[in-house]
Amino acid sequence: MPGKTLVEKVLSHASGREVRAGDITIARVDLAYVQDGTGPLTFRQMEKMGLVKAANPARSVVFIDHSSPPPRKELASDHVYLRDFATKTGMVLSDVGEGVCHQVAFEKYVRPGEVAIGADSHTVMGGAMGAFATGMGSTDVAVALALGKTWLRVPESWRFEVTGSFAHGVYAKDLILRVIGDIKTDGATYMAMEWGGPAISRMPMTERMVLSNMAIEAGGKCGPQPSDEETRRYLREHGREADWREVRPDEDARYERTSAYDVGPLEPMVARPPQEDNVVPVTDPSVKGLRIHQVYLGSCTNARYEDIRVFCDYMRGEAVAKGTRLIVTPASKESYVRAMKEGLFGVLLDAGATINSPGCGACPGVHLGIPGDGENVLSTTNRNYVGRMGNPLAFTYLASPATAAATAMYGVITDPREV
Amino acid sequence: MGRAWKFGDNISTDLIAAGRYYHLRSNLPELAKHVLEDARADFAPGVKAGDVVVGGRNFGKGSSREHAPVIIKLAGTRAVLAKSFARIFYRNAINIGLPAIVVDTDRIDEGDDLDVDLEKGVVHDRTKGIDLTFPSLPPVMARILEEGGLVEYIKNHGDLVVDAP
Repeated sequence: MPGKTLVEKVLSHASGREVRAGDITIARVDLAYVQDGTGPLTFRQMEKMGLVKAANPARSVVFIDHSSPPPRKELASDHVYLRDFATKTGMVLSDVGEGVCHQVAFEKYVRPGEVAIGADSHTVMGGAMGAFATGMGSTDVAVALALGKTWLRVPESWRFEVTGSFAHGVYAKDLILRVIGDIKTDGATYMAMEWGGPAISRMPMTERMVLSNMAIEAGGKCGPQPSDEETRRYLREHGREADWREVRPDEDARYERTSAYDVGPLEPMVARPPQEDNVVPVTDPSVKGLRIHQVYLGSCTNARYEDIRVFCDYMRGEAVAKGTRLIVTPASKESYVRAMKEGLFGVLLDAGATINSPGCGACPGVHLGIPGDGENVLSTTNRNYVGRMGNPLAFTYLASPATAAATAMYGVITDPREV
Repeated sequence: MGRAWKFGDNISTDLIAAGRYYHLRSNLPELAKHVLEDARADFAPGVKAGDVVVGGRNFGKGSSREHAPVIIKLAGTRAVLAKSFARIFYRNAINIGLPAIVVDTDRIDEGDDLDVDLEKGVVHDRTKGIDLTFPSLPPVMARILEEGGLVEYIKNHGDLVVDAP
């Protein structure tokens, strides 16, 4: 028998038996969560099942992040229902102002080697912790919350071996956009995108999170990465080093596919509308110099403290170009407070930014930055579908925080290496 | 019997259930009035009970919002056919009792009269007089669909079991 992939290891542990790619298994769920867009349906399904309970209340979390604070009475009433349900079942509530579910889950709850199921597709970000983390719909998560388990087909793994060092102005966002551009939005459907190699070992956690976060953008079921000393450092920094354990694939694991990327020659990348695989280098004439009406620094993908820091390092002293709006929505309260304490809000406000409270903000198109008809948005988020940001007649371009900063300064898509 | 409504590749959940209607998620009949609005504005007003949504590759890509298959079903759709599905949408569709069928949809045209036979695994295109066969679901998903979805399945079995008879 060959060795095991990272997902085979985690899912074997969670299944209490040896499982391999292709097996159908029932796995223990160590962490389950919903957000305010999917939670109401989840809880109504639990009521229909007659299962108004949490198998593990302390590891069941209700996040209010997608319409937070609520812009409409219907959404405010959904929040009332969610809070009442959390109280009734003893689930943990992460209320208005705490931040995006995946970011807060990563800071507080996701553990290496465990199984995390969330009613939101970007739950895959938990893979950066060395967990099996995947998004499911409301009814699947209803079962996971109530019974503490879920059924899964153990996915085949696609190994991404990453080498080299990023050039100035190039980040993990550029790598994942390049990968999605190469394999397309359904290239990894049903598969685990497993990351490894020396460039991953050297990568800080906040950048690893970008790679796992956007696994879903290639159709991936999960995007796990080894849990190593950097994982331990991150957990220590968050006061939970006791949660750390090493998780690695076996050296002789069997991968369905393998791809190698040397990030040395990688350039800043931009995904053009209407989807994430429509990717070109920032130097491409189709994007370079394109007028941008709104720059958005937000989402679980790229709005952590470190992203705001990078953005400000590029912006420092400069103002946002006339005719361009800059909207910043820190991903979590932790990121918000740290950016504020370190003076980054001053840099942003002096430049002309609007700063929202922590949450999803403009990313899913509910509020706090919906673009107008015909407008172009340069966004650090993860999706640029027609209508994604709330207006089917606007256009979203995806890029890194560095490219976003360079673009904000000039009002046109700008190569961050040139500023 | 139902009419085929053709859609292209990569129909995202944002096209099916747009973010600007987020506030209607707890009012599904109202949300269903906007189903697939940004892909085909004529679909929601025109769809009849028993009609069939016919997509291309990677149908349902994007978010986990189960509201997407729920409102396709609520609009009266009998089944969704596609060359391939995004993973979460596929699982959600089965969980809420909407057949999601992998078949070569290039052979179906807009407006064709279709009959879907889940037991035999055949889509009859009456307009063209052809049968398109499709593979059966994995056993656990087939049982969930047969029993009307995951809520009914859990009620029937009292637990999550994948080897139930």
